Amino acid sequence: MSAKQKSESAARVVPADGLDALIRALARAGYTTIGPRVEDGAVTYRPVGSAADLPLDMVDEQGGGTYRLRASKGAGYFAHVVGPHSWKRYLYPPRQLMWRASRARSGFAVEAPEPAADKLAFIGVRACELRAMEIQDRVFDNGQFTDPGYRARRAAALVVAVNCGRAGDTCFCVSAGGGPRVEDGYDILLTEFPGKDHTFLVQAGSARGARVVKALRGGRDAGEADLRAAQRRTDAAAKAMGRELAGDAPQVLRENLEHPHWQRVAERCLNCANCTMVCPTCFCSTVEDVTALDGSHAERWRTWDSCFTTDFSYIHGGAIRRGGAARYRQWITHKLASWHEQFGTSGCTGCGRCITWCPVGIDITEEVRALAARGGRK
Amino acid sequence: MPATAATAATALPADPMVPVPYRITRVARELSDTFTVDLVPARGKAPFRFAPGQFNMLYVYGVGEVPISISGDPADGARVRHTIRAVGTVTDALRRLKKGAMVGLRGPFGTPWPLDLTEGCDVLIIGGGVGLAPLRPAIYEVLNNRDRYGKVCLFYGARTPDDILFRGELEKWRGRFDMFVDVTVDRATGRWAGPVGVVTQLIRRGGFDAYHACALVCGPEVMMRFAVPTLNEIGVANDRIFVSMERNMKCAVGFCGHCQFGGAFVCKDGPVFRYDTISKLFNVREL
Ligand SMILES: Cc1cc2nc3c(=O)[nH]c(=O)nc-3n(C[C@H](O)[C@H](O)[C@H](O)COP(=O)(O)OP(=O)(O)OC[C@H]3O[C@@H](n4cnc5c(N)ncnc54)[C@H](O)[C@@H]3O)c2cc1C
Ligand code: SF4
Ligand code: SF4
Ligand code: FES
Repeated sequence: MSAKQKSESAARVVPADGLDALIRALARAGYTTIGPRVEDGAVTYRPVGSAADLPLDMVDEQGGGTYRLRASKGAGYFAHVVGPHSWKRYLYPPRQLMWRASRARSGFAVEAPEPAADKLAFIGVRACELRAMEIQDRVFDNGQFTDPGYRARRAAALVVAVNCGRAGDTCFCVSAGGGPRVEDGYDILLTEFPGKDHTFLVQAGSARGARVVKALRGGRDAGEADLRAAQRRTDAAAKAMGRELAGDAPQVLRENLEHPHWQRVAERCLNCANCTMVCPTCFCSTVEDVTALDGSHAERWRTWDSCFTTDFSYIHGGAIRRGGAARYRQWITHKLASWHEQFGTSGCTGCGRCITWCPVGIDITEEVRALAARGGRK
Repeated sequence: MPATAATAATALPADPMVPVPYRITRVARELSDTFTVDLVPARGKAPFRFAPGQFNMLYVYGVGEVPISISGDPADGARVRHTIRAVGTVTDALRRLKKGAMVGLRGPFGTPWPLDLTEGCDVLIIGGGVGLAPLRPAIYEVLNNRDRYGKVCLFYGARTPDDILFRGELEKWRGRFDMFVDVTVDRATGRWAGPVGVVTQLIRRGGFDAYHACALVCGPEVMMRFAVPTLNEIGVANDRIFVSMERNMKCAVGFCGHCQFGGAFVCKDGPVFRYDTISKLFNVREL
């Protein structure tokens, strides 16, 4: 039997408390387990010690500019979809020390921290989020340059993915090509079957995942029927998807760079940068140089940045993208069009975060449609 | 040996974001706000190799880091030369550094002027202001291999006669029989008797074979905006025009996103672009 088949054969159906056993097993194996938790009324990704920390029987109601959690009896642990956090904050932290310099005889010496790769286990990674990781993998290893810190963190992270059984109100992963079914790239994959007979189908996708799955006690080996039942869950989620990204979005954007509609979006856009902060693929950063008061040490920090700030495009004489219209155009054309030229993939997974967390509810799918309808393809 | 090959393959690559200390061995004032520095590695003597048109990221201790083109001779691996106009925080700090001071250097980065493609052609070098600095290595390279090229013309524009960069070298080049040099200023002052006006006027006067010419253009974006149509008019096609773009840069390696210009990262897909590959974007406002 090949290694691949062997790991695939590690598929089990376990009762709901198997989730807790799984989290504890990962912790025993030396992983810091990170998963969904309710914090300030939203699902965020934070350290979790047991299944009790997870948002059991909670679903989210999302819309353009709105997010609300409500209890839903019997919904299960993963009935919610994505919230304001994404795994990006662990693989590509919002603030990172790049290097330190200290004054030395007649100059300075530079010292870069070793890329620390804490063993993190991500619990509850959605298909769109796996897709986002694959997209960022290309960003931080672009064929010419590699970010060693990102690479180390990514290699160390163990992914416990989860198939979505429900579509969020702002999701459009089907048309964006991001989900809802997890196909690849996981160590362990969960499919939840909530209800009276609450169980999980647990599948291993790697050798290290298989070791954990095999050690789970209780339950039974999964069969064909279980895999088909899992497929039905994601099929249902796919069918329930309410939004759709136009398939010709890259062309529509490239051909309408000077469209008057940009000005109309700019009238609504607050330039708050929320969309870029919540987006799991946005990667822009800036640097901060800090110095000790006595000048003995200097540090360079890299922090998340957004193309919605005016400073972002500043060059001597002024910013290039002075107006809000130019900045919104940058964001959406980068996501949906330029990304293809840069990385051979779209920069959007269809997770819907930018729609939900936009204070005025600007909807990326709607804007593409408006550009296509108004200007047409010139 | 297989073992070493495996180790090499799995070893983490050096972080391209970490600067290497270099020492200033010479500072020369060029203009009231422009100066040239020569740098050598603070440790070791490994020669610095670069191609004309490439740039480095220069870091001033505790202040910040900026992209600066290399302005020296590519045949000279012993020192790295930069010509800098002080316009703000970091470039002002660079200007205050003296011989012996240290800076951090990362590079070289970016695409070069296509001097192999231009072989056999007439070469038009068109610069404005401090834009002559990134072109100078190309001029050296062409002159170092003069027989590989056809006519060589340098058209340079400065704001006033006092802003003419590399004046001594311009005179020297003008004195050569195998190079045509013409300089214009926006505003004449003092005893200036040369042309006044934009650099595009000079292009029309050059005696070269436009259909077999390649143009290398570097200067303020407005200058390039005027230079390209003029070149087109006289018969230089867009795929024979190369421009060097300037954008905000925080990383130079494609990670920070600041330098994006449509689908291109100016830091790694540029700064030198063949004009036909960006012509659609070049005239879009605020892109
Ligand atoms: C590829 C490339 C090559 C360059 N080569 C040269 C050169 O050979 N000689 C030279 O004098 N100048 C060159 N420049 C311009 C030089 O980088 C800017 O003048 C410098 O960044 C200004 O920084 P500052 O801190 O002094 O100015 P401030 O106005 O204080 O700038 C603040 C910050 O904005 C950004 N910024 C401002 N102006 C520019 C700009 N023009 N380009 C990119 N980022 C900018 C920088 O991050 C800078 O730290 C080059 C720029 C690029 C992109
Ligand atoms: S652009 Fe919006 S929908 Fe697409 S991945 Fe980013 S946040 Fe999600
Ligand atoms: S340019 Fe804007 S849209 Fe593109 S990655 Fe950066 S912040 Fe996101
Ligand atoms: S300078 Fe950072 S991506 Fe080009």
